[in-house]
Amino acid sequence: MSEAFIKLDAVRKVYQARDEEIVAVSDVTMDIEQGEFVSLVGPSGCGKTTLLKILAGLHQQDGGTVSIGGGGVSFDPSRDVGMVFQAALLLKWRKIIDNVLLPAEILGLPMGEARERARDLLAMVGLDGFEEKYPYELSGGMQQRAAIARSLVHDPKLILMDEPFGALDALTRDKMNLELMRIWRESRKTIVFVTHSIPEAIFLGTRVAVLTARPARMADNFRVDLKMPRKLEVKTSGKFGRYALRIYRLLGLE
Amino acid sequence: MTTWMAEKSKHYGLIIAIHLLVVLIWYLFVEIWDVPAYVMPTPQATLAALTVDYNWLANTKVTAIEIFGGYFIAVFVGVGLALLFSWFRLLNTTLMPLVVSLNMIPKVAMGPLFIVWMSYGVIPNIIIAFSICFLPILLTTDRGLKEIEPDLVDLVRALKASRWQIFTKIQLPGSLPYIFSGMKVAVVLAVAGAIVGEFIASQEGLGYLMLQVQVTLDTAAMFMAVLLITLVGVALYLLVLALEHVFVIRDSRVQ
Ligand SMILES: Nc1ncnc2c1ncn2[C@@H]1O[C@H](COP(=O)(O)OP(=O)(O)O)[C@@H](O)[C@H]1O
Ligand SMILES: [Mg+2]
Repeated sequence: MSEAFIKLDAVRKVYQARDEEIVAVSDVTMDIEQGEFVSLVGPSGCGKTTLLKILAGLHQQDGGTVSIGGGGVSFDPSRDVGMVFQAALLLKWRKIIDNVLLPAEILGLPMGEARERARDLLAMVGLDGFEEKYPYELSGGMQQRAAIARSLVHDPKLILMDEPFGALDALTRDKMNLELMRIWRESRKTIVFVTHSIPEAIFLGTRVAVLTARPARMADNFRVDLKMPRKLEVKTSGKFGRYALRIYRLLGLE
Repeated sequence: MTTWMAEKSKHYGLIIAIHLLVVLIWYLFVEIWDVPAYVMPTPQATLAALTVDYNWLANTKVTAIEIFGGYFIAVFVGVGLALLFSWFRLLNTTLMPLVVSLNMIPKVAMGPLFIVWMSYGVIPNIIIAFSICFLPILLTTDRGLKEIEPDLVDLVRALKASRWQIFTKIQLPGSLPYIFSGMKVAVVLAVAGAIVGEFIASQEGLGYLMLQVQVTLDTAAMFMAVLLITLVGVALYLLVLALEHVFVIRDSRVQ
């Protein structure tokens, strides 16, 4: 069997709060192939964000091993990570195009090329013509699209998304799900996607990992065998329903 | 565009009008109540004081140097210290309480000591102006830096951004609205600091001049001195507003 792009083995993370230790992640083991879209679901406070921060190299795990770059794909931890959060977190004093360019500036990439790429990415996320606007001139959904373009501008191999659509209304969210499905298929990136929404996790994921309540332990980790590209009607299929039920059971929500 | 300009000129017209109104009330007050000139001179008499050779230009220049000097040193030190505090938590926990208690020292009471240490001159007055106005800048910058979204910092830290990059690209522009609110408060403090310094230990400047003419009861000259001090303060305030207009863009200003 070939080596995976990301290998998590018995990963553990403990936070030191005043007089107690908070075990945020305990014993997470998982392999992720290059190009996969992995949905992480689990109750609030179970350690999903912590896991993403470990993958981003922002936190050091307290136990176990994390290895990224394998299966014939190299990985440079300083420039191969793109992140999207629940809030778009655009710099409000910068135009959209300059917001998208932020990672390129930080990494010192050639700006001429980066600017071209930023324009292409903005077109890809449907923000053609908004390059020179300021964030406050965009709706929440549009701001999140710009944040997605920003996470792609330095062409990273791994995109980490932490409930990126959690603040959007249901309709916009469905629309963004379709967009993200397309963007992922076009860009062939490996995406780890944290969400509270079980339908969203199944709809987008090639794989769904279910974490239990604190401390995060891997309760399940399965391939989603639904044909790509997926359309919204897939959510009404029996197979989709069975996947959802499987997750609801694990989370004790039957 | 033209309506925008009409809007603007109306705005400035109103500002000038309200100031002129105050001068008119001052004039009428003195005339109607027949206030003696040594108590309160008329606006014309105040203006006429300029014709007396009190070295107006040189004295105004000295006071302006003290105010602007103390002020801009305070801006750099205030922002710089806040930044250092945000970088090094140990520094924050040890030095911040010290800064706060040092700030409680009445700077005015330090004046006579400054004479002992540094003799008369511009430098001790710059130091008094600085010490009296830098705390609000430190506190507002500190606050602004704390308001920066931690996730935003994580986003660039994941790209191994340097401390300097994080400061120049995210922290500084992000906290500018806060910094400017502290800078506005600091203007009036810098003016007060410089003048108090001149009262205590100086041989030049508008504050020193006020003490000189007080002896001869030249109230018109005292009024003129106060007016010039005020104008220096207003000039500094307008400069700060202009800088804010240039550097704090769009809705990051409304907060
Ligand atoms: N910096 C921190 N210090 C102490 N405790 C933390 C810290 N970050 C997260 N935690 C705790 O760790 C647990 C997991 O947090 P998190 O990873 O944010 O969960 P999730 O993203 O799944 O909601 C929570 O109980 C949270 O309170
Ligand atoms: Mg979270």
